[in-house]
Amino acid sequence: MEREQRLASFKVNAYAWLLLLPSLIFLVLFTFYPVIQTVLLSFYQADLGTPEPLFNGIDNYKRMLEDDVFWKVITNNLWFALWTVPTSMVLALLMALYANHVLRGKGFIRTAYFYPTVLPMIAAANIWLFIYTPEYGALSHVLQWIGLDQLNWLGDQDLVMWAMVIMVVWKEAGYFMIFYLAGLQNISQELYESASVDGARPWTVFRRVTFPLLMPTTLFVMIIATTNSFKLVDHLVIMTKGGPDNASSLLLYYIYEHAFTFWDQGMAATLTFVMIVILLLIAAVQFFGMDKKIHYN
Amino acid sequence: MGKIVRSMLLIMIIFTLAVVGCSNGTTPANSTSTSGETGEQTKQNGEAAGQEKVELTFFYPVAVGGPLTKIIDQMAAEFNQQQSNIVVKPVYTGSYQDTTTKVQAAVQGNNPPDVAVMLSTELFTMLDMDAVIPLDDFVAKDGGNEYLNDFYPGFMANSQVDGKTYSIPFQRSTIVLYYNKDAFRDAGLDPEKPPQNWDELVTYAQKLTKDGQWGVEIPTSGFTYWMFQAFALQNGKNMMSEDGKQVFFDTPENVEALQLWVDLAKKHKVMPEGVIDWATVPSDFLEGKTAMMYHTTGNLTNVKNNATFDFGVAYLPAKKTYGSPTGGGNFYIFKGIDAQKQEAAWKFIRFMTEPERAAQWSMDTGYVATRKSAYETDKMNAYVADFPAAAVARDQLEYAHAELSTHNNGRVTKALNDSLQAAITGQLDPAAALRKAQEEAEKVLAPFNQ
Repeated sequence: MEREQRLASFKVNAYAWLLLLPSLIFLVLFTFYPVIQTVLLSFYQADLGTPEPLFNGIDNYKRMLEDDVFWKVITNNLWFALWTVPTSMVLALLMALYANHVLRGKGFIRTAYFYPTVLPMIAAANIWLFIYTPEYGALSHVLQWIGLDQLNWLGDQDLVMWAMVIMVVWKEAGYFMIFYLAGLQNISQELYESASVDGARPWTVFRRVTFPLLMPTTLFVMIIATTNSFKLVDHLVIMTKGGPDNASSLLLYYIYEHAFTFWDQGMAATLTFVMIVILLLIAAVQFFGMDKKIHYN
Repeated sequence: MGKIVRSMLLIMIIFTLAVVGCSNGTTPANSTSTSGETGEQTKQNGEAAGQEKVELTFFYPVAVGGPLTKIIDQMAAEFNQQQSNIVVKPVYTGSYQDTTTKVQAAVQGNNPPDVAVMLSTELFTMLDMDAVIPLDDFVAKDGGNEYLNDFYPGFMANSQVDGKTYSIPFQRSTIVLYYNKDAFRDAGLDPEKPPQNWDELVTYAQKLTKDGQWGVEIPTSGFTYWMFQAFALQNGKNMMSEDGKQVFFDTPENVEALQLWVDLAKKHKVMPEGVIDWATVPSDFLEGKTAMMYHTTGNLTNVKNNATFDFGVAYLPAKKTYGSPTGGGNFYIFKGIDAQKQEAAWKFIRFMTEPERAAQWSMDTGYVATRKSAYETDKMNAYVADFPAAAVARDQLEYAHAELSTHNNGRVTKALNDSLQAAITGQLDPAAALRKAQEEAEKVLAPFNQ
C-alpha cells in the first residue's frame, strides 16, 4: 500500500519535473551557467595585457573599491533610482486614477499616457537628444522664446543627470500606469458604494480603500522600477556616453565600457557580480521585508 | 501515464539536441556579422561549389556626415565586378568605437572579419590581442617600398611598429579650421585671412561672437583627446612615445594649451560652456550658430554640399608651430582566416587605395587622399584648382604627427577624455586634470613597461 503510494507520488513528481525541464534547461544554460562563469572570471585578471586569464584572487575587487569612477557610478545610480522610482510611480498612480475616472476620450487619454512605452528606448533617446541639444533643440527654442538663457543639458555635469531623470520618468510612468489601471479595475465597486453610504470624503476613500488595495500592485511596480533603474543603459550610448567626465555614467554602462572598450574581462565580471548582488538585494528586501505588510484581496 | 512520460522524454531529447545543434552550427559560420544575410550566404555557398569564389567580410565605420555607406557599397560593387573570383561583402558597423567592439568580439569568438577599417590607433590593441597580420610580405610582392613610400609619412606613422607594416591608410584626416567668410565680412574681418595663431583665434572669435552666433566651437565629446592633441602639437610636442608605452600629458605646455581651451568658453565667452557634441558642431556651423569650427577634414564635402554661405578652410591656428594630429581609419587584415582569403583581402586593399580611387574618395568625402600620386591625377588636379580648400588638410600634413595611440588605448584615451571634460566643465583646473590623466595612464601602461 505504502509502496504504491510512494510510486504514485514519484510518478506525479517526475511528470512535474518533466514539464519544468524546458524552462529549467534555459535557466541553467542562459542564467545560472553564465552567472557562475562570471563569478569565477571575477577572480581572474583577463585584459589586453594578459590575454590568458591569470588567477589573482580578490585583486579585481580591491581595485574596484579603490576606483573613484566606480564610486561615482554607484552614486549616480543610487541618485538616479532615488529620483526616477518614486517620481514615476506617483505619476503613474495619478495618471491611472485620472484615466480610470475620465468619462470622455478615455481611449485617447490612455493612449497618450502609454505611448512613450511603445517607443523603443533608442528612438526615445534620439528624440530627447534633439530636445536637449543646445542652439537648435526644441527645449532651447522654448527657453529662448520665453526669454531665458539656453542650457547645455547634456554637456553640463550638474544638469546631465536631471536630463536623464526627466526622460526616464517620461518613458516609464506610462508603463507603470497600466499596472495601476489594472489594479484599480480589480477593486470591487461595492467598497466604494458602502464608503459613499458612510459619507466618506474622496481623500479618505483613497487613503483607506483604494491605496491599501493597490499595495500588491505598488510592490510589484516598485520592484520593476528599481531594478529597471539599474538595468537601464541604451539611452547613455546614444545621448552622453556616460559623460561629461562620467557624470551620467551608470553601472551597466561602466560594465559595458570595461568589457568592450577596455577589453578588461576580469573587471567587467567583477562589476557584473556587484550588479547581480544589488539586484538580488532589491528583490529580496522587497519580497521578504515588505510582502508581509501587504493586504491582499 | 508511462506513455506520456516517454513521449515527453523524447520531445526533450530532440529539443536539447536541437539547442546543442544550433549552437554548434553557428560557431564556424560568419554568425556575428552576417546573420541577417543567411539567404545570400547560402546562395553564394552554392556558387562556391561550382567556381571557388572567395568571400570576404569587410567591416567599416562611418564617422562623418554624408552618404558614406552608399559610396563604400559602390566601391565594393565595382571591385566585385572587376574580379570574377572574389566577392567582398561590406558590413557597416556603426561608429569607430562600435566597429572596434564588433571586431574585438568577433576575434574573441574565433570568428574575425576578413578585412576591416578601424582607427589607425587601434594597432597596439590589435597586436596585444594577436588579431592582425603584418602586411610586409604582400607589400614586398606587390609594389614594395615604391607602394609604401607613396603614402604620406604622417599617415604611415600610426600604421607601422618595429619596422613592420600592419595596416594601410584609407579614410584619413587631419583637423582643420572651417570658417564662415560671410560672418568674417560682417564682423569687419578679412575673409581671406583666417586666424594664424592662438592670440588671433581669441581676438577674431571675440569679434565674431554676437547674439545667436558663437565665435568658435571645438567639439569636446567623442574625440576630445584628438582635439586636445592638436593644441599640444602646436605648443611643441606630441603626447606619447613611439612604442606606445609612455604618455606625456601633464607638461607645462599642455597645461597652457588646456588653459586656452577652457578660457575660450569661461573667460572670453566666445565658445559655448560645457561639453560640445562632436556631431552637432558641423550642424551648428552650417546653421550659422558658430562662425568658426575645429573639425575633421572628413566633413569637408558634407560642409561644401550643405553650406548656404561662403566658407573657408585653413590650418589650425599655431602657437610655437602649426600642428594637427592625423586621424581616421586604416585597413587591417586578420589572423585566423585562411591564406587564400588574406590574399584576396590584400587585393581588395590594393584596389581601394589605387591613386584614382583614393582621389575620388577624397572628392566624395573630404578625407585626405592618402597617397601623393592621388594628387597628381587629372581629376584631383582639376578639383583642387576649382576648390582649393580640398588641399588644405593635405598641405597641413607637413605639420601633422601621429594620433595618440598606446597599448590599452581605450583606457588611456578615456582617462585623458574624462580629465579634459572635467577641466572643460570646471570641475578641475587644467594642471590638476592633466596630472590625474597622467597618473591614471601610467597605471594602465605599467604592465606593458615591465
